Amino acid sequence: MIIRIMGEGQLKLEDAAVDELNKLDADLEKAVESSDQAAFGSALRALLVRAREVGVELPPDAIEPSDLILPREDATIEEVRELMTDDGLIPG
Amino acid sequence: MGVMKRVSTIFRAKANKTLDRMEDPRETLDYSYQTQLELLQKVRRGVADVATSRKRLELQMNQLQQTGDKLDRQARDSLAAGREDLAREALSRKAGVQGQLTDLQAQYASLQGEEEKLTAASQRLQAKVDAFRVRKETIKATYTAAEATTRINETFTGISEEMSDVGLAIQRAEDKTEQMKARAGAIDELMASGALTDALGGPPPDDIQAELDRMGASGGVDAELERMKAELAGGSAPKEIAGSGQTDTPVGQPSGTSFQKEQPGSGGA
Repeated sequence: MIIRIMGEGQLKLEDAAVDELNKLDADLEKAVESSDQAAFGSALRALLVRAREVGVELPPDAIEPSDLILPREDATIEEVRELMTDDGLIPG
Repeated sequence: MGVMKRVSTIFRAKANKTLDRMEDPRETLDYSYQTQLELLQKVRRGVADVATSRKRLELQMNQLQQTGDKLDRQARDSLAAGREDLAREALSRKAGVQGQLTDLQAQYASLQGEEEKLTAASQRLQAKVDAFRVRKETIKATYTAAEATTRINETFTGISEEMSDVGLAIQRAEDKTEQMKARAGAIDELMASGALTDALGGPPPDDIQAELDRMGASGGVDAELERMKAELAGGSAPKEIAGSGQTDTPVGQPSGTSFQKEQPGSGGA
């Protein structure tokens, strides 16, 4: 499975590792929904730290769509909300 | 559906929208390649802009540092000349300068981080654009239109995702650079007005005082004043004054002597 950490690049990881990331992702989603800034920051960091640990960097010349996309480390709740709707992306 | 999946769905939807607009899938490749080259230009400009901003901050930090050192010398000289009021004013300005400096240092670190990330993004994009160029020619030469569609979809979705990511990174860097420019401009104005530099031109106008207060300059001034007094009383004063190169000047006449020589024209402002 291929994941992207925004601003950092893509990682390849075993499917088995995804379950764990999904659990961390659920925490993140909860924090976004409840607008809990503190929980959001720590959930995002935990998710990214784990993803970097289990993932292997894809070569820079690989051109592959990602199965999952993770926000950048210093993203705000608002930015993540925008990324989950159409508003967050630059048109074109 | 979690955050990760939802974000990737949005990225894909955007790529699909563009794909749907193309009649012949192979057209998509050439169209996309043009967009990639433009984005590459843009990200390079972005890196250059951030670097320029960073260098400007560097200059300002040096300037502020020098101003702080000068105000410190002025405070000592004033104190040695028995003008505690002037020493207090100089120290309060120095605190303002110090506050700005600390602030700029944090901004500088953040800008440096942004520059590094954008540089890495630009290198990743370059590698992908090169790979894309090769792949697009292969697809065009080898596959029929029908066969090409699947290959193109995947390649296009992959590159489109990269481009969206890089596009957002540039936008973000641009925002930061703009904020930084505004801030640098404000500090330039503050320096030009003499609010931060001109300690000895008599009592400051209210707006300058307000600015100093806003920067929290008053705290710590008393403590520093006491420390300087102690130092002077301890016998280190003559050495300090000699070190500042102003021993020949009659420091007892503060309004029109050594300090104002350093910045002609600003004393009456």
